[in-house]
Amino acid sequence: MRYIEPHGHMVSRTTDDYLAMATAGCEAVCEPAFWAGFDRSSADGFYDYFCQLTEHEPKRAAKFGLQHYTWLCINPKESEDVALADHVLAVIPPLLERPNVLGIGEIGLNKNSRNEITVLEKHVDIAARHDQLILVHTPHLEDKFKGTRLIIDVLKNDQRIKPERCIIDHVEEHTVKMVKDAGFWAGMTLYPESKCTPARAIDILDIYGMDQIWMNSACDWGISVPLAVPRAALEMRKRGYAEDQIDQMIYRNPIKFMSQSPKFKLNLQ
Amino acid sequence: MGDGMTRQQVLDLYFMDARAKLLDLAAFMDRVERAEGQEDFRMKAFRKTVAVLNAKKNRAEKVLLSFSDPTRPPIATATTKAASGAYPKPSKLAKRIHAAKT
Repeated sequence: MRYIEPHGHMVSRTTDDYLAMATAGCEAVCEPAFWAGFDRSSADGFYDYFCQLTEHEPKRAAKFGLQHYTWLCINPKESEDVALADHVLAVIPPLLERPNVLGIGEIGLNKNSRNEITVLEKHVDIAARHDQLILVHTPHLEDKFKGTRLIIDVLKNDQRIKPERCIIDHVEEHTVKMVKDAGFWAGMTLYPESKCTPARAIDILDIYGMDQIWMNSACDWGISVPLAVPRAALEMRKRGYAEDQIDQMIYRNPIKFMSQSPKFKLNLQ
Repeated sequence: MGDGMTRQQVLDLYFMDARAKLLDLAAFMDRVERAEGQEDFRMKAFRKTVAVLNAKKNRAEKVLLSFSDPTRPPIATATTKAASGAYPKPSKLAKRIHAAKT
């Protein structure tokens, strides 16, 4: 089995996790910028984090034979303070030139507030001006349905944005259709307690097909499983999916989306 | 569904798992009822959502929608980062205050 982990917060994980992922067939891991579990107090804190994502973490991944790519942004959980967000957004454009940066992400909404939408629009503007891919986080639990609708409105309102260059992540049964119908890629996150279980994710594949969709672990500092993608692949096998279909889902689909950035090139391809 | 599983195959693969989860659900509701004190909005939403299991189809989607915020406009300010898992329907007073501010 070969696979890509298209969404993993590896700065929060151990070297044992890297080893397990490489052993399971992972060839590359892609790490969106996210909330650290606490609020950073200044733009300098974000700059240091972006340097970690673009300088240090690729070296750590390489020790296990994994390629490392990243996405930059201020996460929606820290977007209520628009003044801070403006300072952070100012440091991002020069960093987009770094060799492992695929785009802007994971942007989006958390509690669906006006300030979060303002900061989301500013991120979308940066992505459009710098021709970047976009990776979108949708809110948690009771806020997801409303937030996904608002996010689609924001992206659709900016005529420069091509839906096929955006992935809207953390979809579930009540949001996947609206995302796919609008022409965006959809990401399914495999979590033990929230988001999708492997069985439900494969139900979604049964119903909506395997076009423009990927699965990820979104492993981070919370309850999450770095091997969620290969475990879901085993579930697909139990459900009668052919090896080629599994390969499409966990390997070729993420490559197809991320190869829209000229920087995404797998050594093993 | 891959090459297509029969209903019997789906039952063979998932029945015991679903049975265990149903039992956990029942035990959780009993546990809440045995405990002292008042329920909050989450349990009210939970009880309402259990009824959704009797729907004819798309039950997972309907369960998620039952717990979801159905409103369209953005909120004025995010006062917390956390989600609770169920939408606390605003009281009429809170709605009036919000409307006056906006």
